[in-house]
Amino acid sequence: MDSFNAIVQVLDSTIRLSVPLLLACLAGLYSERAGIFDIGLEGKMLVGAFAGAAAASVFHSALIGLGMAVLISVAFAMAHGFASITHRGNQIVSGVAINFVAAGSTIILGQAWFSQGGRTPALQPGERFEAIVWPGAEAVRSVPILGPIYAELISGHSILVYFAFAMVPFTWWVLFRTRFGLRMRAVGENPAAVDTAGISVAWLRYRALICTGVLTGVAGAYLSMVQNGGFVKDMTAGKGYIALAALIFAKWKPVNAMFACLLFGFLDAAAIRLQGSPLPFIGKVPVQFMQALPYILTVVLLAGFIGKAIPPRAGGVPYVKER
Amino acid sequence: MSTPYAKLPAWADYGLIPLINLSVAFIVAGFVVMLVGENPFRAAVILVEGAFGKGTGIAFTLFYATTFIFTGLSVAVAAHCSLFNIGTEGQAYIGGLGIALVCLSFDSVLPWWVIFPMAIVAAAVFGALWGFIPAYLQAKRGSHIVITTIMFNFIAASVMVYLLVGALKPAGSQAPQTRNFLAGAELPKLNWIIELFGAKIRSAPLNICFLLALVMAFLVWLLIWRTKLGYEMRTYGHSPKAARYAGISETRIIITAMMLSGALAGMMALNPVMGDQHNVAIDFVSGAGYVGIAVALMGRLHPVGIVLAAILFGMLYQGGAELAFEMPAISRDMIVIIQGLVILFAGALEHMFRPYIQALFASFSPKAVGLEAVKGKGA
Repeated sequence: MDSFNAIVQVLDSTIRLSVPLLLACLAGLYSERAGIFDIGLEGKMLVGAFAGAAAASVFHSALIGLGMAVLISVAFAMAHGFASITHRGNQIVSGVAINFVAAGSTIILGQAWFSQGGRTPALQPGERFEAIVWPGAEAVRSVPILGPIYAELISGHSILVYFAFAMVPFTWWVLFRTRFGLRMRAVGENPAAVDTAGISVAWLRYRALICTGVLTGVAGAYLSMVQNGGFVKDMTAGKGYIALAALIFAKWKPVNAMFACLLFGFLDAAAIRLQGSPLPFIGKVPVQFMQALPYILTVVLLAGFIGKAIPPRAGGVPYVKER
Repeated sequence: MSTPYAKLPAWADYGLIPLINLSVAFIVAGFVVMLVGENPFRAAVILVEGAFGKGTGIAFTLFYATTFIFTGLSVAVAAHCSLFNIGTEGQAYIGGLGIALVCLSFDSVLPWWVIFPMAIVAAAVFGALWGFIPAYLQAKRGSHIVITTIMFNFIAASVMVYLLVGALKPAGSQAPQTRNFLAGAELPKLNWIIELFGAKIRSAPLNICFLLALVMAFLVWLLIWRTKLGYEMRTYGHSPKAARYAGISETRIIITAMMLSGALAGMMALNPVMGDQHNVAIDFVSGAGYVGIAVALMGRLHPVGIVLAAILFGMLYQGGAELAFEMPAISRDMIVIIQGLVILFAGALEHMFRPYIQALFASFSPKAVGLEAVKGKGA
């Protein structure tokens, strides 16, 4: 029973840890499907986290915090669009730039406004998203097997967790069942064809980037307003890049993205849980190896050793109307 | 398809436009300073005075510049081959491992002038090997160099943490770093050069690596513009198709360019490790690899430009430290913003002001920009 409880706990933290990855990964999916590489997921998450926690603690409202997180994150996404769509700049360069501006400005502004060493004030109850306890969760907790699963895994998360997982089927529906999704996929594969059909490539890509901004904003808000109860400098700690890795791992598909993020979240949760204690059959695994595993897996996948990851064809190439 | 922009005089192309882009980046940074509630002009004065006002400041500025020359050259060499090496950070980190192995083995028996060349080779080889894997995967397996090098930065960080809290840490020590090197692995300082000009220097880490960096800048110029290999790299960078048609081996050129880039990145580690800290500590690169991206873009991938841009960033680092002292609201992280803005305006938005400048030039003398200028206006 103890080991079962341990498994449930690891799975529970897997869910918690994979939510920001999932949101960022789906965010990247919108922009990359539309043909815009986005290295800047990390930065957009970071500004989202900062704006969310700062606004929530100033206005004493979690919802205003979330709104602000989304707003600022979308603004950064638009800056990326301005550089890479309107001015046809290098998308990777622009993404790198956004990451730096985000990393620096969150610390500087955080220090200037709150003077707590780059932190925002700790969020009070009501300023953050609380866990939602599902009906009957406490009552069934004692039921073997199913009880803990219901009480720990399904119940007891914040609204943003459910939102993240709801975004998976929603994104699938948008991508494969709506006109916008079809056009978005087309613009990522062959923008010239979309242009010939009389649809604005730039406007489509901007809309895709708005979706990206919204989702990275929520991801950031989750980090600072659910997971942590306040902004800490550099709190994304490479999650944006892991999300990027997950996106490649998922071959740019929403449902795969969920499983990839759950896998990477599980690796993280397991690394925290094990802390260097030996595994059966394998022996002691260094924590650092577990932490590096998502990156190693992505490299191996990209090299085509486990299936082939084929990105959207027009990704990274600015669209120039034929003169 | 024709190039979208008409030609400008060379001085406008290589002087005016980068200057305008840079100014815009600094103006935006000035707004951030205002947002923090400080006077941007006073901040700029403190920054410049902190960097160049005293001998010690100059020495520190050049010390930081040394690091950025290496990383800037590293990014530029790959970029000439149209490879975006974001992995400079990780390659420098692993380069530090090579230096640590050499220094820890020989610092008690050999003098610095024997260890230094060995460390240069070790740093370059380790950095090059860390660049080799992504290059091989790009050339042979078609995986995207940007993503792979980012992943390799994280893997490098994990490897180094693993070694620094384990095998490389001296027994009984708590700090995650190697033991301090002995005198044999300490590089001579160059502060006397500045003292020749009458300035007083208390203690600054400016060391012989600065000269090495300048030599490397010259060698990179030689490589890119005066050798067959450099020509092939630039050809591949301009048009992989043309390179293939000319019989240039794609695999060879990608791997060579990335290994050279990795070697330069690895050599960056010499400056902080052997010139200043005399040990290898966790995260000693601390973002210098990423600064290299800004430096390379700002220097327009030319060694002269890179040296100048590196000195500018060295000034920002040193002046920024003084600034943080005078204006506590503006910590050193201000530089990260400036770095980001420089990358944005000198890199991604490189061509934003071009059409306007062309229009301006065209209105003065249509001949100077050719007939294309009229078309360029609308572009």
